[in-house]
Amino acid sequence: MSDLVSVENLTIDFTTNFGDVHALRGVSFSLKAGEVLGIVGESGSGKTVACRAILKLIAGNALVKSGRIMFEGSDVLAMKDAELGRLRGGQAAMIFQNPSTHLDPIMTVGRQVGEAMVVHQGISWRQANARAVGLLEDMHIKDASRRAGAYPHELSGGMRQRVMIAAALACEPKLLIADEPTTALDVTVQAQILDLLRGIRRERKLSVILVSHDLGVIAEMCDRVVVMKDGAVLEIGSVDQILRDPAHEYTKRLIASQPSLMKPTTHACPVATEPHLLVKNLCVNFYPGQSLAAWATRKPPQIVRAVDNVSLALRRGGALGIVGESGSGKSTIARAIAGLVQPQQGEIEVDGQSLDRALRQRRPEQVRKLQMVFQDPFMSLNPAFTVARTLAEPLRQQNICPERDIPERIRELMEKVELPRQLLDRRTTQLSGGQRQRVGIARALALEPEILIADEVTSALDVTIQAQVLGLFARLRRELSLTLILISHDLGVVRYLCEHVAVMQHGKLVEYGDTEDVLDRPQQAYTQELIAAIPKLSRRTSSGIQPGDTPLLAAGSKC
Amino acid sequence: MSDVMRGSGSLAMARIRTMPATLAIGGAITLAWIVVAILAPVLTSFDPIKVDVMQALKPPGAEHWFGTDAIGRDVLARTLFAARYDLAMAFFGVVGPIILGTTIGLIAGYLGGRIDAVLMRILEVTVSFPYFVLVIAIVAVLGPGLKSYFISLTLVNWVSYARLVRSQALVLRGVDFVLAARGMGFGHLRIMLFHILPNAIVPSIVFVMTDAVLAIVLGSSLGFLGLGVQPPTPEWGAMIADGQTYLTTAWWIAIFPGIAICLLALGLSLTADGLARLLNTES
Repeated sequence: MSDLVSVENLTIDFTTNFGDVHALRGVSFSLKAGEVLGIVGESGSGKTVACRAILKLIAGNALVKSGRIMFEGSDVLAMKDAELGRLRGGQAAMIFQNPSTHLDPIMTVGRQVGEAMVVHQGISWRQANARAVGLLEDMHIKDASRRAGAYPHELSGGMRQRVMIAAALACEPKLLIADEPTTALDVTVQAQILDLLRGIRRERKLSVILVSHDLGVIAEMCDRVVVMKDGAVLEIGSVDQILRDPAHEYTKRLIASQPSLMKPTTHACPVATEPHLLVKNLCVNFYPGQSLAAWATRKPPQIVRAVDNVSLALRRGGALGIVGESGSGKSTIARAIAGLVQPQQGEIEVDGQSLDRALRQRRPEQVRKLQMVFQDPFMSLNPAFTVARTLAEPLRQQNICPERDIPERIRELMEKVELPRQLLDRRTTQLSGGQRQRVGIARALALEPEILIADEVTSALDVTIQAQVLGLFARLRRELSLTLILISHDLGVVRYLCEHVAVMQHGKLVEYGDTEDVLDRPQQAYTQELIAAIPKLSRRTSSGIQPGDTPLLAAGSKC
Repeated sequence: MSDVMRGSGSLAMARIRTMPATLAIGGAITLAWIVVAILAPVLTSFDPIKVDVMQALKPPGAEHWFGTDAIGRDVLARTLFAARYDLAMAFFGVVGPIILGTTIGLIAGYLGGRIDAVLMRILEVTVSFPYFVLVIAIVAVLGPGLKSYFISLTLVNWVSYARLVRSQALVLRGVDFVLAARGMGFGHLRIMLFHILPNAIVPSIVFVMTDAVLAIVLGSSLGFLGLGVQPPTPEWGAMIADGQTYLTTAWWIAIFPGIAICLLALGLSLTADGLARLLNTES
């Protein structure tokens, strides 16, 4: 087999106001015809730049220092605009991570699929529409002729990704570049999309470059893998070889950081009598805005039951994982317990004392006991504050300690979350994602809570950083005897930290019990489907790497 | 310790080096005008309001660099002294609106609901009047002069700031760090002042520079109409109005204050542009 694409010694710099950024440093890899090549790496590794460069889709401030990209024997980087136009869409196509931003919101999806055919093949719009419907059918979209007339916002995330794949395949390209195609999707939808990609690749004899941070996805889909870090290729090899016998230290760390491979840190709770946190028959309804017509005809307002009659109990020092897909109501439960959304019904008790449903009616010490860590570290810290001010504010406002002890207290908090003191004077915007999430944890700990609610705390982080933050949670839980509620879409994360798990779907509790029972012997069909949908890495790795090995945790605060 | 000092020193240097060129140039022009306003008596030996009919309508020359006007006042002296009044108009013309508008926008955006609805209706009523007509009407009622000019601008111009701040506050009140602040039991006032306001004010800071230019132009227009600064006080708008009848015979009377307005407006606009770049890259 000959090479369809070969990237040779590619070096790209980005010029910015703050000096040159080396995006790629001498990257070389090749793709054989009909092959699926995976590129794996964390944010900033250059994996996206590398695959975009193949279509010369690089920003204006990018400077190609050296190297070339050969596509079927011609150099892409030397191509004129007209040739590039024929290459993109005609010969090679790309699909992106976020289908909602890469589809035009004011164009029907049928037209978006057909557009490339009109542009590249010169057929009429009528023919293009007919072919677009056919393509949408090939993507297993039911009722394709009707759906072709829909706008992107009328379709679900998985459906939009199918549309984007259809649009990419419109002109029958030889190469499909998929940049994190399933990262924004729920795990069951991800399984369907991966299935679809596998099918069309076989039928159309496509060559595929699949970029992902998820080794599970790579392991299920690819023949060979390129491991990238800091703009350089660390190693290239077959999937089996990379997973079983990684040559590079970083690759080993990457594999060991997969939550599904980490050794659980759960511990048997002391047999306590009373539950620490008790949630009884919790109901949260949302009332979406009513249309004028509905109001005029006196239709009863539509109610969305975000949380529907959920009861949970948690012992002191216990950890409960709440899992579910987007829209399952798992985050709403967390916010209702913390008082950030007001439930219509239900009771929340801490240590047998009933908490008011409204946050403002709760006593300060009740507020203090229940603290929350948020999902997105880039949104959860005030960008106008320094780290010191972020941590000092709760101490001062809730009179946790006398004013003169605050600096000392802040330093203790920084130690607890393994951050160097030098960061105290930095603005929160000057920190990395992992550092920010640690500050978010420290801020929650400042109020000396007894119950910590962690809402998808690692889903915005790179996998090696995620492993470090999870390790931090395990340690804090042990040392501060915290009661933990962990909201996550990732069953691996829950298995690592929690003794109990609650599975949610459409606002209802589907299954609830000990983590091992629920995840290893699921009783409900939905739980079984959820578990089956997870890309499996474990069956391809050997015992060569010890799960939950220490090197990733030893790296500690350097994230 | 010396390490820390050097660290912060190089950080300051880096800040200057990465400062947008427009901000540097615009800031320099604006600063120069402030210096001129303060040092006006030092920069010229002529009295800006002293009438000397014998020296009337002298073209620019060795004695009167910018010439003299119809009643023999030195145009250079008047242009320099006028900077004091025009800068004051720029500054006080935006201070009132920004305070009133930001307060209303913050309350409306953060609290929402009925309070928001009422405040926004008041805003719409204000906007529905023709802008210049409203300003002139208020000034006419209060009587000509700088004080009524500031009051009328505050009552009319707050709407821009209210809208800018409200739109930001609407977004920010649902953002995680505001939820976190609520979850830690902080009061509404604290959340508004320390968590919403610093993050909502950025577009207003950029807009204030543009608005200051408009305030000068408006003040000059009022001066032109005889509703602004009263004669014989030097003010660029009033000077241009005086000079326009002589434009073909004694161009210097209107041209030099015209150039002065342009230069100050340029300085403020460039500063606005630079600030926008700087604040956008920082956030």
